[in-house]
Amino acid sequence: MSGQAGSAAGAPGAEELLEVTLRVNGVSRTAGVPARRLLSDFLRHDLGLTGTHVGCEHGVCGACTVLLDGEPARACLVFAVSAQPHEVTTVEGLGSDPGALGPVQRAFLECHALQCGFCTPGFLTTVTAYLEDTPDPTEAEAREAISGNLCRCTGYQNIVSAVLRAAELRRGATPEPTP
Amino acid sequence: MKPAPFVHHAPRTVPEAVAVLAQVGHDGKVLAGGQSLVPLLSMRLVTPGHLVDIGGVAGLDAVEVDEAGVRVGALVRHAGLERHAEAADALPLLRQAVRHVAHPAIRTRGTTVGSVAHADPAGEMPAVLALCRGTVEVAGPRGGREVAAADLFTGPMETTLEPDELAVAVRFERFPAGTRTAFAESARRRGDYALAGVALAVTLAGEEVTAARASFVSVTPVPDVLDLTPVLAGLALPELPAGEVAELVRGHVDPESDIHAPAEYRRMLAAELTVRALRGLRDEARAGAA
Repeated sequence: MSGQAGSAAGAPGAEELLEVTLRVNGVSRTAGVPARRLLSDFLRHDLGLTGTHVGCEHGVCGACTVLLDGEPARACLVFAVSAQPHEVTTVEGLGSDPGALGPVQRAFLECHALQCGFCTPGFLTTVTAYLEDTPDPTEAEAREAISGNLCRCTGYQNIVSAVLRAAELRRGATPEPTP
Repeated sequence: MKPAPFVHHAPRTVPEAVAVLAQVGHDGKVLAGGQSLVPLLSMRLVTPGHLVDIGGVAGLDAVEVDEAGVRVGALVRHAGLERHAEAADALPLLRQAVRHVAHPAIRTRGTTVGSVAHADPAGEMPAVLALCRGTVEVAGPRGGREVAAADLFTGPMETTLEPDELAVAVRFERFPAGTRTAFAESARRRGDYALAGVALAVTLAGEEVTAARASFVSVTPVPDVLDLTPVLAGLALPELPAGEVAELVRGHVDPESDIHAPAEYRRMLAAELTVRALRGLRDEARAGAA
């Protein structure tokens, strides 16, 4: 796995490629990438999984949040090569069939918890992991749970509602009829 | 915004990691959780030619609690320390402080040892290590050594660790019996770097204060410890001399002005947070007595 000294620095064209294999949404995927390939770019560019969005690229906005072994993590702050021991779940893994959305996705839809949608994948993964730990949050807890994810459109009110609604759906409450 | 090219090293043991670090010298950097390092790489504020990724090194992921304190291995994530009930019992300040480290999604990756080695004045865990007189366990080509917190931090993001040394663990020491601790900080946005923060340890004999110390976040270049004993010793917490405490804190801290807040605001904030943390302990003690 270790690269050879001297082959990478200063010559991007000749950059050594590493064979990186990740389990993503239950499927084993391999690509040859430079060591500096961020997990966020690996998912998008190398695997074509463009559901993971890239916002600030320094860990502040939360748009690229994925699950590593079920725990939320910023894909822009992890190198693909370092993520190999982990099971990666992206927003596609939460339910990519419109007919079979996961409870968090359904709650966001029902509560109108998105406008432009750019931040949504990061919210969905964050909230999915959060509700595993805290199945019945209060409104204040729900607000705190999403404090690491930025949304410039909604003002967060409907996202907070969606977290609470997702908790209900997970507990098996009857879903509201879709209009 | 992408990191510059580097050579990735994935040692499996501590001696292997140390050997690579010795070989690459100042051109190398240790990658653990990466939650501070990767942004610096992406912004190209640092451009090491070699990253020594210790993620696969065996034996660094344990939290061990004994009579002396809590030993945290270099691959223990903040979230792991936060969840560790035995560690929180031994040293409540660990959980009190680690909950303030960024966001949950950062704490799942970021390591406590990495935070200490990074030595950011805005870091919570360096302040905790200083306050409990902890140490860092270091492995290097010349063998192992222990560095006391007081000898570790030399300036913002600067430590006495050599480029060929690896911090393999930190040891947080228990406070004396009768000690109560608190942690408080204030940030513009939850999870963001604090404008100012304080870690506090007050030792009581009965109701009387016998010792009181504080260390700070974001308002001192290194997390050195302020002794509050001179103004608190012999008093009961309800007799808290808020003005004197605030004056002592204001004289100790040395904040800088930046886009987020002027130095004077941070100085006032550090003093106010310290007084509030003391009041919190007082109310806790009252509730406990009731």
